[in-house]
Amino acid sequence: MSDTALLQVRGLGKRFGGFVALEAIDLVVLPGERVGLIGPNGSGKSTLVNCLCGTLRHELGTVRFEGRDLAGLKAHERTRLGLARSFQLPRPFGSLTVAENVLVPILYAVQARGHHTAETDARCAELLGMVGLADKSRKLPRDLTQIEMRKLELARAMASEPRLLIADEAMAGLSHGEVDDILALLIRMNEGGVTVIMIEHIMRAVLHFSQRLVVLVAGRKIADGNPQEVVRNPEVERAYLGE
Amino acid sequence: MRTARFLPLILLVAALVFGVARAIDNSYVFFAGYVVLQYIVLAIAWNILGGYTGYVNFGTPAFLAIGAYASVALYKIVPLPIPLLMLIGGVLSGIVGLGTGYLTLRLRGAFFSIATLALSVVVQTLVTNWDFVGGSRGAYIIRPMAAPLIGGGYIDYLCLLMLLLVVLSVVIARAIEHSKLGYGFATIRDDEAAAEASGVPTLRLKLMATTLSGALMGMAGAPLPYYVTYLDPASGFSLTYAVNAIAMPLIGGTASWIGPILGAVILGTVQQLVTVTISSAANLLIVGLILVGFVIVAPNGIVGLVRGWRR
Repeated sequence: MSDTALLQVRGLGKRFGGFVALEAIDLVVLPGERVGLIGPNGSGKSTLVNCLCGTLRHELGTVRFEGRDLAGLKAHERTRLGLARSFQLPRPFGSLTVAENVLVPILYAVQARGHHTAETDARCAELLGMVGLADKSRKLPRDLTQIEMRKLELARAMASEPRLLIADEAMAGLSHGEVDDILALLIRMNEGGVTVIMIEHIMRAVLHFSQRLVVLVAGRKIADGNPQEVVRNPEVERAYLGE
Repeated sequence: MRTARFLPLILLVAALVFGVARAIDNSYVFFAGYVVLQYIVLAIAWNILGGYTGYVNFGTPAFLAIGAYASVALYKIVPLPIPLLMLIGGVLSGIVGLGTGYLTLRLRGAFFSIATLALSVVVQTLVTNWDFVGGSRGAYIIRPMAAPLIGGGYIDYLCLLMLLLVVLSVVIARAIEHSKLGYGFATIRDDEAAAEASGVPTLRLKLMATTLSGALMGMAGAPLPYYVTYLDPASGFSLTYAVNAIAMPLIGGTASWIGPILGAVILGTVQQLVTVTISSAANLLIVGLILVGFVIVAPNGIVGLVRGWRR
């Protein structure tokens, strides 16, 4: 199994001073999978994402991506390998237009010596079309609505042509219909061959999306398996609902 | 417009400027013009780091003075042609820029700025205690009376070289803006974590910016001893350079290469006029007042103002 895994995390541990944020996390993600990652606030979900993506350094354990040990690789190097993320709160490049926001990963992550050409412009248009922002390409991010900002965030993550996309709460704060929009988008991306790890609080979305559900509580993984079974797991219920 | 087509155009503009200055045939024009041109280079150089990547550098005097004092030191050993001195000053300041960047770019915002201010103090202390280049007494440079190659006063020659450095700076700044590098710099200014996540090697790009910015400042400083003929640490490391190098791009607009030029021409000219008509001490006061005015009326500088009208 470990030979075919896209992402393999073994014994990952992260401390902030005396506080143990993550402890002995094991996680295997297979190519093409849709994995949901849930956990109460402060359970270490975002810390895990930051460790996987190289934003934070973890003290213990290994992370392998397509069989390759990621130790010592910086965030931008991991993006180039095909490990992309979107941010919990949209973090667009405020002084660049919507199209330019998507152009940056094309130039820097896809073509190592890329130039701005008609070809890259076409690719930008294609990506923006996919998320439904084609007519906003010349706008600045501050002119976008909240859901458009989320879509831009996903388009930018997809622009680096990832093998694995980690969507960190791409739907928080959106309305019912908007959640369905983003959900459909993520499923479409997955059908296009991208493995997706979704971090989410909206249970309806997570259960609809995930083929497998992983639960983090207080920095430990307490469940991993079929979503319907996991949510009935007594330990998970206790973590969410209390004793 | 590609750089290949832009270069002849800006060379033509530079030739016109120089031709008109020669036609006026008044040595004061060159005397004042040199200072304005020097500030254009400093403003463009500052803007490469401060405007494009958003790292505010207070260390302009250090980079300028490294170029200037390299010239003083070489003058004492073996006097070289000014273009060669500019090259040497550029290389030295570029190396210092790279080193400074490596040590300080982990700092963000005000902390980076404080570190660059400290750099200025450190270099000034070193030079003040370096007897070979005159220490705190300063150093005299005896420059030739006539200019080589072009004839006329020696200041004319220095002015021409500074004009060529302006051309070089403008071409570099403009090329960056329209390139992959320019987009990379902009993402660093906007959000470094998101830049990394988009595959932008932020540290390497920041080091490129500090090196390039420092090198241009060093090149601008190299002819300075020949211009003033007497250089001491107090004037070489004057805070005026730091303040002007920041104020000029802010007044002109940091988003585009033309902004620092506009700022430097306007502010530099006003300062020169004030120096001869009112008082040389009123210089910085003027900078302060204009800057306050612009922060209120046009926070994005003249370029921002014009773009606002066009919308």
